[in-house]
Amino acid sequence: MTPRIRVQTDDFDVGQEHGLLAQSCNSGALVTFTGMVRDLANGTLHGLTLEHYPGMTERHLAALVDEATSRWMLNAVTVIHRVGHLARHEKIVFVGVASAHRAEAFAAASYLMDMLKTQAPFWKKEHTAAGDYWVEARHSDDAAAARWQPASAPE
Amino acid sequence: MIRILFFGGLRETLACDETQLAITAPVSIHDIVLQLVQRGDAWQALTKQRLLCALNQQMARSDTLVKPGDELALFPPVTGG
Repeated sequence: MTPRIRVQTDDFDVGQEHGLLAQSCNSGALVTFTGMVRDLANGTLHGLTLEHYPGMTERHLAALVDEATSRWMLNAVTVIHRVGHLARHEKIVFVGVASAHRAEAFAAASYLMDMLKTQAPFWKKEHTAAGDYWVEARHSDDAAAARWQPASAPE
Repeated sequence: MIRILFFGGLRETLACDETQLAITAPVSIHDIVLQLVQRGDAWQALTKQRLLCALNQQMARSDTLVKPGDELALFPPVTGG
């Protein structure tokens, strides 16, 4: 299996990515996740800028996919992350996993998103009516990633 | 010589995305940061916030040794996704 991993400024087509994953051999389950730019509670977000570490980001995503494929039987994996300026409601990230059964596909997609958010070198800046702010890392994201530590890994 | 890259809010605080430092023997990342701090007021930011480091594009601990020719990166906790 050759995973599709892309870091790009351009938008992506979820239907097209779904179609490519669906072509994988004998998959009974296909789980996709799409992350989008969400407005702030007070409705003042103009957009985001996503920065990354060219080279390392791609290598790190590939390493996360390698880890996922060693934990679960996966037939196809796609990870796409956008960088640059993104307006409200635009798509940021796509993770798609095809597997024989849904348990593996759900788990692997969830694992990839949890790890991507807490480990992959991306930084998000919010552009709001009150100014521009770098987003702080969230403890809830760290907690979500921690549940995949070896002690709680599937047998 | 080593290449040092900065990302995210740290890059903005330092007003620097890349610098170089002359070293002739292996030095820990921690000691390199202490040398950078001597560059001026803005560089105090390196000691005042939680930073992550990557050596040759692999996450590294601050006691890891850096050799001449290496690429070191310093950045705040990541916030992608």
